[in-house]
Formats: sequence, structure tokens, C-alpha cells
Amino acid sequence: MINLENSARKTLTSINQSFPVLFGVVMAISLLKSAVPESLYSTIFTGNIFIDSLVGSFIGSVAAGNPITSYVIGGELLSEGVSLVAVTAFMLSWVTVGIFNLPAEMDILGTKFALTRNIICFIVTFFVAILTVTTLGFIGEL
Amino acid sequence: MKQYSFVGIIIAIYLMVYLKFPSLFYESVLETYSILLRVIPILALVFVFIFLFNLFIKPDKIRMHFGQQAGTRGWIFSIVAGILCVGPVYVWYPLLSDLREKGMRTSFLSTFLYNRSIKLPLIPIMMHYFGFTYTLIFTLYIIIASVVVGYITELIVDDTLNS
Repeated sequence: MINLENSARKTLTSINQSFPVLFGVVMAISLLKSAVPESLYSTIFTGNIFIDSLVGSFIGSVAAGNPITSYVIGGELLSEGVSLVAVTAFMLSWVTVGIFNLPAEMDILGTKFALTRNIICFIVTFFVAILTVTTLGFIGEL
Repeated sequence: MKQYSFVGIIIAIYLMVYLKFPSLFYESVLETYSILLRVIPILALVFVFIFLFNLFIKPDKIRMHFGQQAGTRGWIFSIVAGILCVGPVYVWYPLLSDLREKGMRTSFLSTFLYNRSIKLPLIPIMMHYFGFTYTLIFTLYIIIASVVVGYITELIVDDTLNS
């Protein structure tokens, strides 16, 4: 019985601590999605593969929303001539780096953990993008 | 009260948007409502998990499966759980925080979060846009990278915590 009460109390504490932050994140994401039209993304790329990879990672990190949106935008970017490395970096950072989730992640999982994880994910994005495209080239799928 | 500061800032921004751009405000409120409708059932499930974990699973069990001694099994659990979990990544933060308090390794936590980027139901859509081979290679590299990200995060975070 005591265990049941303890578990209920811990769960309520968890709800009280995390729900306001998560609600703020949902509001922030909604505002971003409404304010930034999807067509804006394609106007930012330069044509330089390295700069575009950086731009792709950065936009993907700041953007928010369902990953399907990143696939659709990624497909559009490819058809407009943006490199596959940049598109891959864009799609990967969209789901692995979360600037808009960061306040919630910092609050619930710890500031050091959240910042370290997001910075590492941002850096690793380049390597995964380059490795993916290099491997595709190596096996003749490009 | 600290947990209310972020939502307070966002509400203040919404009020400013309401005064300057009312249509953007209404669009954002509708979007918030739409996201909440999708997120709340998953969040409720997460809180049920937290309750059940607190009730039935003792910290030594968590340490055994996700702690320092978990080894390869811990990595596999983190990868598979990350891939299988549904919903936005932020709904899982409370449960992960709870597991971490009970002894889950930092690396497994980071690996789990990285694998949340693999969305099984969306794989056919990715294949449609980028092809089977691209999707397969991209997904494999994400899994490999998740272990690398997990290791490095633990190396930095735990070292900082210990020092």
C-alpha cells in the first residue's frame, strides 16, 4: 500500500515537473511551424556542398515538426539541385538535434547532458551524411 | 516553480504575436491544439509506465539491464527501444529521467534518444522519396552513429559529473 502511494506520488511529481515544460515546447513548435513556410527552406542553400551540408544541419536543427515534412522538403531540395549530402544532413539533424526541444531536455534530463548530446549529434550529422552518400557512390547507387 | 518559466516566456511571446499578427496567433493556437491531441495519449501512456516502473521495477533491475554491467544487452535494448517507441521524442524525457535516477547509463539514454530518429512507420515514405538502398544505408549508419553518440556523451557528461 505504501509502495502504491509512493509510486503515485512520484508519478504526480513527474507530471508536475515535466508537463509545463513539454506544453511550452509544443507551443513553441506550433508557432515556428505556423510562422515559417516550407518553401523558405530551399532559398537558403548556396550550391557549395560543404556550406550546404552545414546549412542543412543548421536548418534541420532549428526546424521542428513531423519527420515526414523533412522527407518531403528533402525530396524537393534534391529536385532543385541541392546535394544529397546536404539533404541527408538536413533530414538527420531534423530528428536528432532539437533546438526547440532543448529547454525541455535541459530541464528534465539535465543541462550538461542535453547540451552535450545535441552538440555531438550536430557534429555526427556531417559524418553520417558523408558516409551515407560515399557508401552509395561506392556501391554504384548514385 | 522553475518548470513554469519556459512556458511563461512562450505565453508572453504568444501575447505579443496576438497583438502584432492575430492570424499567426490563431494558426499557432490551432496547431498547438492539434499537436496536443496527438501527444497527450502518448504522454498519458508514458506516465502510466512511470507509475508501473516505480511500483514494480526496483533500481537494481534497471542497473542490471541498463546500468554499467549491462554490456551488449544494454546497447541492444537501448537501440531497439529507441526504434520502437512512438510519438515525439520529448514525451519520453520524464520516463528517461526516472530510469536515469534508478541507474540507467548515460550512454544508453543518449543512444535511445538517437534511435528515436528511426521511424519504422515512415520508412516506406522515405523509400518512396529516396529509394530502398539509400534508406537501408542511412538507417544502418544511424544505428552505428547512435552507439558512437552514446559513448561520447557518457564520456563527456559522466566525466564532468565526476570531476
